Amino acid sequence: MTAGNRLATGGRIDRSRPLNFTFNGKPYTGFQGDTLASALLANGVRLTARSFKYHRPRGIVGAGVEEPATLVELMGADASGNRPATTVPLTEGLAAKAVNCWPSLEFDVGAVNQLASRFIPAGFYYKTFKWPNWHLYERPIRKAAGLAAAPSEPPATGHYETRYGHCDVLIAGAGPAGLMAALTAARAGLRVMIADEGCEAGGSLLSRRLTIGGADAMNWVAQAVAELAALPNVTHLQNATVWGYREHNYLMVTERAPANPSLLERTWRMRAGHVITATGAIERGLVFGNNDRPGVMLASAVQTYVNRYGVTPGKRAVIFTNNTSAYAVAANLAAAGVEVRAIVDSRDSVPDDARAMVPGIEIMAGKLVTEAQGARQLRGVAVAAKTGGSARIISCDLLAMSGGWNPTVHLWSQSRSTLRYDEPLATFLPDTPAQAVSAAGAANGALTLQDALRSGAEAAAQITGAQSPEIPDAPDLLYDIEPLWRVETTKGRAFLDLQNDVTVDDIHLALREGYSNVEHVKRYTTGGMGFDQGKTGNINIIGTVALAQGLAMEQVGTTTFRAPYTPVSFGAIGGLREETVALPYRHTPITDWNLAQGAFMYEAGARWRRPGYFPRAGEGLQEATNRECRAVRFGVGVYDGSPLGTFELKGRDVGRFLDYLYSNVMSSLKPGHGRYGLMLSDDGLIMDDGVCFRLDEHRWIISTSTGHADAINGYMEEMLQTRFPGWNVFITTVTSQWNNATICGPKAREVMAALGTDIDLSPESFPFMSYRDGTVAGLPARVVRVSFTGELSFEVNVAPRHMRDLWAKVMEAGQPFGILPVGSEASHVLRVEKGFLSLGHEVDGTVDAYDLGMGWAMSKKKPDYLGKRAVQIRREGAAPRRELVGVIPEPDRQIPEGAPLTPGGRKERTEGFVTACVWSVVHEKWVGLALLEDGHARHGETAHVRLKGGEVIPVRVTAPCHYDPDGEKLRS
Amino acid sequence: MMQIPCPFCGPRNESEFSFGGPVKPPRPDPLTVSDEDWTAWLTQVPNPLGPVQEQWWHVRGCGTWLSIWRDTRTHEIVEAPDDGR
Ligand SMILES: [Zn+2]
Repeated sequence: MTAGNRLATGGRIDRSRPLNFTFNGKPYTGFQGDTLASALLANGVRLTARSFKYHRPRGIVGAGVEEPATLVELMGADASGNRPATTVPLTEGLAAKAVNCWPSLEFDVGAVNQLASRFIPAGFYYKTFKWPNWHLYERPIRKAAGLAAAPSEPPATGHYETRYGHCDVLIAGAGPAGLMAALTAARAGLRVMIADEGCEAGGSLLSRRLTIGGADAMNWVAQAVAELAALPNVTHLQNATVWGYREHNYLMVTERAPANPSLLERTWRMRAGHVITATGAIERGLVFGNNDRPGVMLASAVQTYVNRYGVTPGKRAVIFTNNTSAYAVAANLAAAGVEVRAIVDSRDSVPDDARAMVPGIEIMAGKLVTEAQGARQLRGVAVAAKTGGSARIISCDLLAMSGGWNPTVHLWSQSRSTLRYDEPLATFLPDTPAQAVSAAGAANGALTLQDALRSGAEAAAQITGAQSPEIPDAPDLLYDIEPLWRVETTKGRAFLDLQNDVTVDDIHLALREGYSNVEHVKRYTTGGMGFDQGKTGNINIIGTVALAQGLAMEQVGTTTFRAPYTPVSFGAIGGLREETVALPYRHTPITDWNLAQGAFMYEAGARWRRPGYFPRAGEGLQEATNRECRAVRFGVGVYDGSPLGTFELKGRDVGRFLDYLYSNVMSSLKPGHGRYGLMLSDDGLIMDDGVCFRLDEHRWIISTSTGHADAINGYMEEMLQTRFPGWNVFITTVTSQWNNATICGPKAREVMAALGTDIDLSPESFPFMSYRDGTVAGLPARVVRVSFTGELSFEVNVAPRHMRDLWAKVMEAGQPFGILPVGSEASHVLRVEKGFLSLGHEVDGTVDAYDLGMGWAMSKKKPDYLGKRAVQIRREGAAPRRELVGVIPEPDRQIPEGAPLTPGGRKERTEGFVTACVWSVVHEKWVGLALLEDGHARHGETAHVRLKGGEVIPVRVTAPCHYDPDGEKLRS
Repeated sequence: MMQIPCPFCGPRNESEFSFGGPVKPPRPDPLTVSDEDWTAWLTQVPNPLGPVQEQWWHVRGCGTWLSIWRDTRTHEIVEAPDDGR
């Protein structure tokens, strides 16, 4: 290795499998089993990042998800942004670069921010960049502050997956407590899932040199893993983070490297009977001057690099601690040949068993590191007595700091379970569970190995009801701590949150400016935000607030812990639910035919794919639409009306149920006949319109608009089940049980005759708004005389299996009459010519039936129906109403849909808007519909459309119906 | 995601249900109620901090409309339906 930082033996890396990688374009080599961070340290790379706000030089601080300083962007096939280098497994060909350091890590323009840093205190952005508005500054500031950009392309191969899972016990963490819990629960026969974020099981045992039952602790881990693997009731996941704990014991677990080459990641949505959070503990940093210099690291991370990766992150080390755990780190460093120059311990007295671990190393009790020296790399530390006084400079290139341990309570807290502050451990501990959850091991404050094992076993035994098993002997140094939230006699900038560049001064400023609640402090300073969510610094922030306010820790309290525990890919949350997989299209049986005809397909409501128009060579939308409209008005056309929502209602009480649902009377219909109706909600809004046919005494069929079918179904069921549970009504959705070809136009009857039918088609025996069952073209059919175009129409309904056959026969029989297929564009034109309303256009939350000129649909006879009372109350008010009218632009031109109408075209409050405007093939000019204040009284007048930019178009106000106002055609 | 007890299907994921809003008092008789009371019934929806009775439609299951008492602070279902109403 280039810089000689790799030990010749030891660690859980495979020295026979070297891996090449690049960092900021430079080539390096590491080993299988390395992380990017351990490989960089092995190569002697100390300066790995620039900080977010001040662009200060930063190095690697942690060894896992707690890493606050070194975020990298991965390139190439692995492209992803803002990954802590400590969590990126090294792979052959990995290409990574540091974020936050344009144009380069070594020469960083943004570092001028550092010179001006006294001008960038907390809240600086809020206070400074607010005139004229923030968005003016947002882009350049974001670029300068710049975290990595999101990858522009999705991964070229592979996909994400989500799945559901169920278990009796979900254990988060496969360290000593988690494994012990899993063994105990699994042996009792419970269905167990154990998930761990690391690439191998063992947790803290991977980093420490301990024994269980007299042998290397990792032997015990291997045995436990093997036993779990042999049990069919256990699912054991590594590289899998339990990152979200929701209500009703629903948890999110994402596997980053599932055992399936085509899968990028897999998320398990777990419903667990019980949860054990065995999530370990994360070490706090210490807060002193320039504590962010490259070479200042968490003691536990140093231990991990030495023991797990065989890497020495420095040659001459100083330890700074307020607790006993760092003594083992000093011992491990010394054993690896690193010169440990001193242990600076803020406690006045150091326990004898700790002293005994570090023979020959100078212990400076009751002393503090007040300042780290050096710029791009640590050169030494200043050590002084707690009371101040002169400092002694100790030169070193590594400072391993330990501010004590925080149980990882994130999942516990996400479950809404409470925390309490524990004085002896100087940290927050799980208190009262809010769901079926228990905490075990270090996550529950069991900070020595034997305690952790026992705690895991007991947590599981409480669920199984069995006796807790015997715990093997596992000697460990007793944990002893004296809190040190910050070094008060410090020089230089003392960072609490390295990722967001939040210092002690920032917290004090926030407090001075009145942000005294810890949640406000967090938001004002951004301390504890970002990718690491303050895993190393949050408790020090709380301590700093407590010191400044003279409060106890529990009085300050923690900020809320929210999901995700660590960053999760959006892909892993969405899984396969993308594009049409998330929302599949619905098709009628003739989609293939439509496509073969070159139809331009639209999405109609409720994800139905329908032809918009059928362009011929050289035609655009308008030409094709005109041609289709002319066919219907002057010859014959046919469209597929199958997507319309259709329901069959059966039962004694359907009549009165429909009278309640619709504003007009339906119960008076005779079998064989139908009626158009409006459905209102109880607050008087028009919910839907459609037709209703009575099949026989107790059987009815109703249609709804395509997009509202599902909602109306739910609404009808709600009414029946909650308001009229005793009524005898059964609703069956038959939208896809019937398909239809609707033949419309003056020649429709001739086409029907050519198809061959046993139904008498004469208007006398088969009038408008009636239906007949019979055969058409040899197929069993129900023919309905409704019209949505204003022309003579026969809606020929057949079973879906006959639809293609029917369609082919209609096209064949219609050919001599020039029949054309009609798309939704033409349907729109035809309905606007007729003044037929379309819910999305003419109906919004303000209009009622009277405004639409459909007062006839509001029954006077029925004492009560949905919406009646509300419409009554609203119409008693004197406010002017916007009423549906026809508009004819003068001069003749198109008006955009939605264009406002203003009095005289002046720049005043609008008095309505144009709801639709189409080229009428009947009048050969543009005609439209509009909602206009007092419109019914203004037929013949001129109103004015005012376009954006001030252009004014006069329009003549007419009745809404532009064609065949007496309905002779559709009744013919 | 909540787990909602359906009287016919047992405990099922919330994603199978469609939310029907809090249960309102019975619909007043529109022929006798005052405008104020009618408008209040239409527009005022229970929104307590704590248990609220609400309707859910098991639309991707058996189709039943059911009601539960749910604590809005915790999502705890404090009273489950026994007859689907
Ligand atoms: Zn159900």
